[in-house]
Amino acid sequence: MPERSAPVSHHTISVVDLSFAYPDGTRALDGVSFEVGHGEAIAVIGANGAGKSTLLMHLNGVLSPIQGSVDIGGTPVTKGTLPVIRRTVGMVFQDPDDQLFMPTVAEDVGFGPLNLGLPPEGVARRVDEALARVAAARLKDRPPYHLSGGEKRVVAIATVLAMEPAILVMDEPTSGLDPRARRRVMSLLGSFEHTRIIATHDLDLAAELCERTLVLAGGRLVADRPTGEVFDDDALLVASGLERPLGMQACPVCGAQKPAMSSRAPAPAHPRDRLRADVGAGLGEAVADAPEQ
Amino acid sequence: MSSVARGLSTLDRLDRLAGKDTAIHRVDPRAKVLATAVFIVCVVSFDRYEVFGLVPFALFPVVLAAEADVPFGFLARLLAVASPFALLVGVFNPLLDRDPLVVAGGVAIAGGWLSYASIILRFLLTVAAALVLTATTSFAGVCLALERFRVPDVLVTQFLLLYRYIFVLGDEALRMARARSLRAVGSRGMGLHVYAQMLGQLLLRTFARAQRVYVAMKCRGFDGRVRVARRLRLRAADVAFVVGWSALFVVFRFVDVTELVGGLIVGGGR
Repeated sequence: MPERSAPVSHHTISVVDLSFAYPDGTRALDGVSFEVGHGEAIAVIGANGAGKSTLLMHLNGVLSPIQGSVDIGGTPVTKGTLPVIRRTVGMVFQDPDDQLFMPTVAEDVGFGPLNLGLPPEGVARRVDEALARVAAARLKDRPPYHLSGGEKRVVAIATVLAMEPAILVMDEPTSGLDPRARRRVMSLLGSFEHTRIIATHDLDLAAELCERTLVLAGGRLVADRPTGEVFDDDALLVASGLERPLGMQACPVCGAQKPAMSSRAPAPAHPRDRLRADVGAGLGEAVADAPEQ
Repeated sequence: MSSVARGLSTLDRLDRLAGKDTAIHRVDPRAKVLATAVFIVCVVSFDRYEVFGLVPFALFPVVLAAEADVPFGFLARLLAVASPFALLVGVFNPLLDRDPLVVAGGVAIAGGWLSYASIILRFLLTVAAALVLTATTSFAGVCLALERFRVPDVLVTQFLLLYRYIFVLGDEALRMARARSLRAVGSRGMGLHVYAQMLGQLLLRTFARAQRVYVAMKCRGFDGRVRVARRLRLRAADVAFVVGWSALFVVFRFVDVTELVGGLIVGGGR
């Protein structure tokens, strides 16, 4: 496909010594450096105000650093490269109402592709594909403000998918969703082959979907390790204003300790786990039932 | 502030009406916008004492509303809500303009009363036509037509975003009002002072929201122009719609249809 000639071929991110301060003087990021490889899923966690959203906004040039640099697949993020960067890095915002501004879902999903200069047929195809990908084809002609929270969220994801980015950056993709909608969004995210950066307070999501986790505290990167290791390090979690994911905490009923994540053996036959497995299977079916494709 | 809630639900209802599928709904948005524009120009261009010449124009909104399944009660309610403005605009006419102009049934009617009635009638006609247009075309459809008529992009984008975010803004205002009233415990809280601060808050939140929306648009390649992929096709029926209605409006405008019909009836009675 000629239009798919993505200008950036390596879906990698390299952040070097990134610092940023807001105009009021608040230092939001302080010397952050990390690398993300092709196809990796990375969680960014940290307390409120730790700098997660600020970091994400640097990845596609919404904010520009006062020091340090961001590099997407070998292309530095500068004013001149912004059009290229924004085609490569798709960003899903925290509040879908900020992201869905067109009169109908189809027009909203088509907004990006139209701006890329695709012909109408190409736009229509991308809209259908993106909506099918998030199992929201039936919402096509609805106005976004009449959708439920979960529907808005998946449509917001579709608006970004329609631009066929190589890297997906998401801010709190599961906040404010009911359990089933959260599950749906999570299985959706798990099914993507894009390089993914997910900032979240949903630590179970991080544990489930991301191999690696960055921990921010007060604008500094305090850990960049495999997710399992991060969540087994209670001292680090407490110091960063976090705690273990619920799925890794001791059972609230019988007090049984969960095994450390990094050494997870086959799950013990605790009643809660069985229940969870059943519910999970049921939800899996529900997701499969959805009119995907 | 439940009037905010009522206003929102009204917009919502207009939106849902616009989602129906009738012959009128299927008419190309451009045809409907154009016909409505001709209608408004004709209604507005009458002499200021004209009353009876305006009456035939009611045909347009009434026929369209009936054909498009727009409930008359709903339209009447909206007109009533908007009417105080028209009622106030002309309220001094009868006092200032007392020269008798017409004698009907032995009673002299002052020019002021005629011009007041004319203002109210024009208001009812034009607002009804605009409401029927929105209820059969949807706000987005009207914007699309405007875009195709080469109305500047900045304006069309403003209209689109205004309409999109009025729901979000309304919801935000509602939540703030609810939070206030829950802690005001039935009293007036701290009075007007608090309302002033709430308005300021709302403005600041609007700025912040606008900033976020703009960033989201930029991220998807926004360059100052909202492109809409929807294709419009002008069919023969659409052209007939515009030509037919416009011709009728011009006839209503320059031929005194009321008198003609009246004459026919009287003549027939003889």
